[in-house]
Amino acid sequence: MKLRIKFRKFGAVRFIGHLDVMRFFQKAIRRAGIDVRYTEGFSPHQVMTFAAPLGVGLESNGEYMDIEVLSMESTAQVKEALNHASVPGIEVIDVKILPDQAGNAMASVYSAEYTVRFRQGRKPAVDFAQAVGEFLAREEILISKVTKKGTREVNLKPGIHLLDWNSQEEKFHMILDASSAGNIKPIQVIEAMIEPYGERLAENALQITREEVYTNIGTEERPVAVPLGEIGTDE
Amino acid sequence: MERLALSDDILMKIEKPERYIGHEVNSVVKNKEDVKVRFVMCFPDVYEIGMSHLGIQILYDMFNSWEDVWCERVYSPWRDLDAVMRAEKIPLFALESQDPIREFDFLGITIQYEMCYTNILQILDLSGIPINASDRGEDCPIVIGGGPCTYNPEPIADFFDLFYIGEGETQYRRLLDLYEECKELRLGRKEFLRRAARIPGIYAPGFYEVIYHEDGTIKSFTPTEEGIPATIRKEIEMDVSDTYYPMKPVVPFIKVTQDRVVLEIQRGCIRGCRFCQAGQLYRPVRERDVETLKQWAIQMLQNTGHEEISLSSLSSSDYSKLPELINFLMEECKRKHTNISLPSLRIDAFSLDVMSKVQDVKKSSLTFAPEAGSQRLRNVINKGLTEEVILQGAALAFEGGWTRVKLYFMLGLPTETPEDIRGIAELANKIAATFFDTVPKEKRVNGKVQIVASTSFFVPKPFTPFQWASQCTKDEFVEKAYQTRAAISEQLNQKSIKYNWHEADASVLEGVLARGDRKLCEVIRRVYAEGSFFDAWSEYYDNERWLRVMEECGLSTEFYTHRERPLDEILPWDFIDCGVTKEFLKREWEKAQREETSANCKLKCQGCGAARFGGGICVEHQIQSAPLTTGGC
Repeated sequence: MKLRIKFRKFGAVRFIGHLDVMRFFQKAIRRAGIDVRYTEGFSPHQVMTFAAPLGVGLESNGEYMDIEVLSMESTAQVKEALNHASVPGIEVIDVKILPDQAGNAMASVYSAEYTVRFRQGRKPAVDFAQAVGEFLAREEILISKVTKKGTREVNLKPGIHLLDWNSQEEKFHMILDASSAGNIKPIQVIEAMIEPYGERLAENALQITREEVYTNIGTEERPVAVPLGEIGTDE
Repeated sequence: MERLALSDDILMKIEKPERYIGHEVNSVVKNKEDVKVRFVMCFPDVYEIGMSHLGIQILYDMFNSWEDVWCERVYSPWRDLDAVMRAEKIPLFALESQDPIREFDFLGITIQYEMCYTNILQILDLSGIPINASDRGEDCPIVIGGGPCTYNPEPIADFFDLFYIGEGETQYRRLLDLYEECKELRLGRKEFLRRAARIPGIYAPGFYEVIYHEDGTIKSFTPTEEGIPATIRKEIEMDVSDTYYPMKPVVPFIKVTQDRVVLEIQRGCIRGCRFCQAGQLYRPVRERDVETLKQWAIQMLQNTGHEEISLSSLSSSDYSKLPELINFLMEECKRKHTNISLPSLRIDAFSLDVMSKVQDVKKSSLTFAPEAGSQRLRNVINKGLTEEVILQGAALAFEGGWTRVKLYFMLGLPTETPEDIRGIAELANKIAATFFDTVPKEKRVNGKVQIVASTSFFVPKPFTPFQWASQCTKDEFVEKAYQTRAAISEQLNQKSIKYNWHEADASVLEGVLARGDRKLCEVIRRVYAEGSFFDAWSEYYDNERWLRVMEECGLSTEFYTHRERPLDEILPWDFIDCGVTKEFLKREWEKAQREETSANCKLKCQGCGAARFGGGICVEHQIQSAPLTTGGC
């Protein structure tokens, strides 16, 4: 039986890297006594897939991982046992049973939703209420992306599914392409937005929270994005 | 608890910020208002090394089991963070509370190897604690050292208020009670140290005076006050089955060196190899009850979620209930999808059978530690491993499918000759030949055998029969490594043998510090002031600087290393009584020179002196000869 686990990551533990979060959960699952499926061989490991790696320093309200269990009492019990085995800052908020034919968490990722704030004193001198409008009105948003094979021009525009500036709370709300082929980072969007004003971001200027990760249940042409956690059921 | 000592900007730009944020599973957070004593335990090396140390986990668990104490941890900030902390004047902090070390009552430092001495100064310096104990005021933490290097604490005596000689389980409660009492009565730091010096196992270096002869050797070592003991006897936990052991060890987020449950099955070693310090320091051998160990293993695996368990001891094959314990763990681990990591066991039918069950034979290798190349020299060092036993073990292993063998040797052992060195090459060659004799051509999976011979350079240590011995100079060491390499290249099966050897520079300095005296405190202060720390990391070790500073201080490496010490010389560590008598060590030193071996503790008592502790193997033999005494203690 495949389970999809949704968790939050906040506070000091946001500095724990992606691989170490995986290691953390492997141990937490053992502590919680969950009847997880293991691979065969001399060093058996748990069958586990994460949706999308979260960068070091970012907080999240919507991380996902899939595991496979051989048996369980209920999804509620799995959630409770995991939280009991966890540390402050890593909190399981939902456990769902996945339909057998569901794609795994990693392959399913379509987009991700973020809240982005500037750290104190690091907000560029730009009127974002106006800048966001002008930015989205552009036909193409070309940035150069440095890859292993050299520099490559990329158009951000189709990957920005939502972009909004809340001037009262001084924060962005964005939904960006997070698929393996077209992943966009919030920092790339903001850098491209302020560039025409002759501004550049200071080091470590952004405070980013990932709010949710979505999958596409529509088609490529007519996408319908729903949270990864809505694929499964409680029982 | 969300407050971190380091800002986001710093944490985002340094390597592995997880080293500094605490929050690990099973780390202990208390309310500082609710405790009387705040203790911070330090391993003066990088987090991944320090977190792998069992001793700190045991003491951390013990301290935190006491309601009036909160024990936290601190490790050496890596070079990148060190630079930031100095530039931004950020005081060193404990992981759990993120509070400055300076605010604590005690800073306990475990000292596991000589090459970390400069890191101790880094810890003190970053904490804002004066490096010299004599400069510390009433508001400074009490700095206390423990661990194997404290059996010769003299080269670092200036930096510590106290040393705890021996196993921590026994006297810490008494020390903290005394501290609380002195604090309540406002007796002051000096009076607390004075009273602490009377607790068994506690050495307060400030109350002793050393006078030297003109040649630099010690003329006298005496307490400066009435009531301060002239000798300090090591502390030892005699009931190892009913004592502190962490059922909930701290589980780090990042991968550390020892990323597994560690089950310490016994303390001490029966073997009495003459080069080995641990084999003398931890006498007598005390085995833990096998049923207790089974319970502990289950609990620790449950509480940590680790995917591996490892047995720890100086010589696991000598544990009397080893087959029972391993069979139990194999069953348990199979059920829980956990791996067993086996320590170096003596290679025989039993251990090969176990290994073939828990490891992939094709990928694993076999380890032998003959330590010396010839039987003559193995007799000198009392390493009871014969060529016959090694070749039989190798043949068994080759039949079982193993094709990789690791061999460990030491170069520069007392009385070593060119023939002994050639013996290393010849033994490696014979093992290769055994492979070709044992495994028929059609069964050789990869067609060949791989033998890796490694040598390290011998460094004489205090409280061993070789404590008087001459250590080789750097040039002699290097010459011996060349001889070994040349001898291997002359062997018939040389293509199957790979040879590795260690750097010689650090071995010489390790020798200086291991058998050094208080005069070296000044050297350590100066090299640290010039920028040396993380000396255990070859990329940061500056040999030239150490040698130059030694010279500037009027000291020679020869004096500490190359000189053979006369038996009547006062050694810097003579004031410590480690249980084993100097008479015994002398006897062993003389037997070594006569190439005579000594039987192990199980076969025959050698009268080393450890029997006075009244337990362990020293009394088990009496139990065997007195059948009326029942065994189920």
